[in-house]
Amino acid sequence: MAGLLQQPGYEEERLQRISELLPCREVQAGLLLSLMGQPQQYCYPSIFIFGHRSSGKSHVLNVLLKELELPHATVSCVECVSATLLFEEVLLSFFGSDAASLLPRSPSLSDFVRVYRLHRSQFPAKQTRYVIMEKAELLRDAEANLLPALLRFQELVEDNVAVILLSEIVWDTFRPNTGCFEPLLLHFPDYSKGELQQILSRDRHPSYSAEFYSSYINILLGVFYSVCRDLRELRHLAALNFPKFCEPLEAGKVKETDTHKLWKNIEPHLKKAMQTVYLREVSSLQWEQMQQVEEHEAGALRGLSAHTHVELPYYSKFLLIAAYLASYNPARTDKRFFLKHHGKIKKTNFLKKNEKTSNHLLGPKPFPLDRLLAIFYSVVDSRVAPTASIFSQISSLVTLQLLVQVSHDDQLDAPKYKCAVSLDFITAVSRTVNFEIVKYLYDFL
Amino acid sequence: MSTSSLSKGCFVFKPSPKKRKKALGLESYFIRVCEGAESSQLRFKLCQDLWDKIKTETEVLQDELNRTVLDSLLEFIRKCSSTRQHDAWASQMRASEIPTAALMLGVNVPDHDMTFQSLSELLRQSVTPLVASIQAKECGALKQLMKKVLEGLMDTEVDDDSDDDEEEEEGREQSQLRRSMHCSLATLCDWYMSKTKKPCGGTLGKKRSSSVINERQPPVVIIFKDLEAFNPRVLQDFILICSRYIQRLPLAFIFGIATSPSTIQRVLPHSVSSLLCIELFQSLSCTRHLTTVFDKLILTPSFPFKLNGRVMQVLMSVFLYHDFSVRNFIKGLQLALLEHFASQPLSVLCCGKEEALRNGARLGPGDLERVRQLPSFGRYVEKQEAQEQDELMIDDNYLKDLCQKLIKDLHKYHKCYYPILRCLHTLTSSLPRYPLGKQIRELHLICLERNVWETEDYQSAMKLLKMMAKDELILLLQRCAEILQTVKMKNDLVRLEELLSRFKQLDAAAETVPNVEENLISPAKNLQKKTDLFQLQKTLLEMNESRRSKKLTPFQALRNEALELIDSLVKSYLSPPESKPLYEACYYSSSAAVRRHLNATPRTSIQAALSSPHLYLQNDSLKTEDGTVSNAAPDICIAYKLHLEGGRLINLCDWLEAYATVVSAAEGNDPNSDSFGKVDEVKHAHFIRAVSELEFLGFIKTTRQKTDHVARLTWGGC
Repeated sequence: MAGLLQQPGYEEERLQRISELLPCREVQAGLLLSLMGQPQQYCYPSIFIFGHRSSGKSHVLNVLLKELELPHATVSCVECVSATLLFEEVLLSFFGSDAASLLPRSPSLSDFVRVYRLHRSQFPAKQTRYVIMEKAELLRDAEANLLPALLRFQELVEDNVAVILLSEIVWDTFRPNTGCFEPLLLHFPDYSKGELQQILSRDRHPSYSAEFYSSYINILLGVFYSVCRDLRELRHLAALNFPKFCEPLEAGKVKETDTHKLWKNIEPHLKKAMQTVYLREVSSLQWEQMQQVEEHEAGALRGLSAHTHVELPYYSKFLLIAAYLASYNPARTDKRFFLKHHGKIKKTNFLKKNEKTSNHLLGPKPFPLDRLLAIFYSVVDSRVAPTASIFSQISSLVTLQLLVQVSHDDQLDAPKYKCAVSLDFITAVSRTVNFEIVKYLYDFL
Repeated sequence: MSTSSLSKGCFVFKPSPKKRKKALGLESYFIRVCEGAESSQLRFKLCQDLWDKIKTETEVLQDELNRTVLDSLLEFIRKCSSTRQHDAWASQMRASEIPTAALMLGVNVPDHDMTFQSLSELLRQSVTPLVASIQAKECGALKQLMKKVLEGLMDTEVDDDSDDDEEEEEGREQSQLRRSMHCSLATLCDWYMSKTKKPCGGTLGKKRSSSVINERQPPVVIIFKDLEAFNPRVLQDFILICSRYIQRLPLAFIFGIATSPSTIQRVLPHSVSSLLCIELFQSLSCTRHLTTVFDKLILTPSFPFKLNGRVMQVLMSVFLYHDFSVRNFIKGLQLALLEHFASQPLSVLCCGKEEALRNGARLGPGDLERVRQLPSFGRYVEKQEAQEQDELMIDDNYLKDLCQKLIKDLHKYHKCYYPILRCLHTLTSSLPRYPLGKQIRELHLICLERNVWETEDYQSAMKLLKMMAKDELILLLQRCAEILQTVKMKNDLVRLEELLSRFKQLDAAAETVPNVEENLISPAKNLQKKTDLFQLQKTLLEMNESRRSKKLTPFQALRNEALELIDSLVKSYLSPPESKPLYEACYYSSSAAVRRHLNATPRTSIQAALSSPHLYLQNDSLKTEDGTVSNAAPDICIAYKLHLEGGRLINLCDWLEAYATVVSAAEGNDPNSDSFGKVDEVKHAHFIRAVSELEFLGFIKTTRQKTDHVARLTWGGC
């Protein structure tokens, strides 16, 4: 296996170590290495690496650059709230803090290039310098000239420098309208089940044998592989549940080799973990505590989504109900529901073609404030004065995200809203005020 | 002010601090608005004292109520900072999550501030000095969020690269210095490292006591006050960034959630929420909070200031129907307090018993005249004999002496009212269908309004109580006895306890006499004989009769006796305050004022302003008798009045004609002259302006249904 990584200009010993650190990624690492060439050789100006979460992109690059001691700057784009931070980070890691301080306040791209060139002439590159941009997809939201400039950075600064972009999505979504230099694309495929097994088995618990841990990983993957292929997450789950797996062993009930019994013990537990701790319904700390207490007590712990009850003031409830009705009933049907002598309307003739599909399938529709209030006044059982607090309740419902304001904040005239709660939620709310919402919903007529 | 400039333009005059007038003190404001100036200072002092007392009381209460949840939160933060070390293997394997507390606070957003304030204070005192709390409205973008967090933690201004003009003026040197501070977590991380590296934790903050911070690595707590309002994108990015630093920086989050914890899942995708280790904390519900506040502030004789039923109803309905906010409730109470002391000169008597007696002795002749005019006092006088009546109306000294007695009576009434109210509540709160309310405040409202024993609900409650089983009844009566024990109501307590002991004796006696029920069976036997319908009816009636007149078992007799005692207590102590003379001194009754201030109705006031402008302009010449608008009123009022006469669609041309006619009459033109009612340019302009103002206020809107017409938008009153 170690033979795969070969590149002149680097010590054989280091390459050996690297290939040990990068299991199942030898092909990609070898390809990268050959692209990078020998330390002093120019590299291809920009490389774009993409692949799913935790498919080893950053890991491979970090190991390569660290072990081979190449000059590099790693920048996470999510952290760079402004381009300034990005520029500074690059300059700082290549030329030290003096260079970074030369940048003017809120520098432009050309400032950055100027400063870089100034320092490049002072400290010319002996080896290729690498700029690594993690989460590069966020560069699309940055200024329009940043991404194209980074792609031909080598040209701009006339230096032996290469930019490596890491992203979870494909290059096609990046390409700007104006066109740009095409980077070299490199795909990191997902780990296969076998590879995951191989990687996860490597970090065995020091006090147990490798085979034992490997069999544990096998069981774990059997349960979780269908829902989760994220290495980081799997490792986390493995660590969380391992004590439980070892429990019968500690108690002396079974031997290490008795896989079937161990499987029987852990399998329901893992299934439960999949429903709770994996979805973060229950925090990992609580999960650990739960493992310590006895099984029968553990059922008492309720997940996050179990608490859905929301206590609202009386009129807020009716406002929410009115909003729901306004969102899910066609406006023309209001007459039928809220007028006393509406006459009979046949459903079929009455409908336009597109209204025949269930409104609940189409999702909430926006409605103006007047309609909300009109429905509110006819729904609420007592006479309500249109006081300021009624209006302020509408806006507090918006901040609670139970309503969504569709029109822009600045639009004072006839603001529009949408109702953002589910049918279950609204039926629960209307039950507390003895209002039969289903009778007023057009879909359930 | 003048300038030396020759050109026209706008000039800004910054007020110089010396010239500014000295702000009027609270007291002088109070004295200016209040009626009956003689005692205003005294009243202001009383009011101030009472408010201070209420304020401290509520703060203490708030702290007590939140103690459990805050304590467990503190424990959580403490724990998460200390249990970072698992055994080596596990810690290496596990993804490092950011410990996160989801604090459920309920929808009463105005109350949250106090909770967060005490939370961050407690955190600072006992766990870590590094606490930053941020609000959504300050953090529209990630940059601002970062800035707020860093500012909160580092107690300094941070450079955020915004191009403020003012900063350019600052010395180049200074900006050079500040340049090194960028809003990034890396900066924070470095700062944290340099802080914690120092050998003793005392350097962390000069102000804070250094002894508490004995841990070397205090956690960094970031409080998100209103999670729902945050931009999800910003929040996600921030969490992603934080998770990159969690190894070096012991971060912990606290999410303040108003609705339900599922918001977290709605706001954050799995890829982000998997970086958090979320634990749930539930705070006290606002209704329970209110109940406690009610208990401590309203249902107690220790606060002399009282609200009458109507005002109470307004405050309660604002709470239950509109906002659920305890803070607003207390604000309402404060408003009522201020209004009471400002508007009621006799409120000098609204204070503790001793002080009230002292103030009562110092009542001036004007005050005594006011006492005579009180409706409650009038009712009292009517009940007296003729001679006494005369004396009361004439002799000031005699009245003063009587006032002393009446004040004492009033205090005594309060002293007994609340314990008996609680007793009645304990007895009735567990009855099926709650005839007298589930909460004590409902019962209190009933008692404030009328004689509770005359209501139907009370009768039905008593009927239900008469059917109560022995164990339950004894339990409830015991609880009543406990309530009476806490206050000094000797006589009634003795009577109640005597009853209780008899109940217990009954237990012992019942075992010895088991065969009471035998004679009950005999009439039923008669039924089995063949009888015609008439006979049957007769026997049934007889049975009914006999059952009614049947000798009561000892328990039943005793039960009736106990309930009679309760009934007599209720009748003697729970009469409404209106029946007590001088009650106006302590009870605030203007519910309209409270409602107007707390539950404003913008549309009603606009309409009032438009239809009766003389009230707002304070100009009596605009006043008219029959609800019409004077033709000298402002343009918009005339236009409004005319538009009320129109239908759904209003013809602009007709409207203008009518307007011109009205205005011409105001100008005093001769109705017969040619120019009368003619539309000239000035009138036209006035009219157009009035119409556009009405449109702005939302009374009309332009429509395309008919040319030159506008649609009317409002109908009817309010």
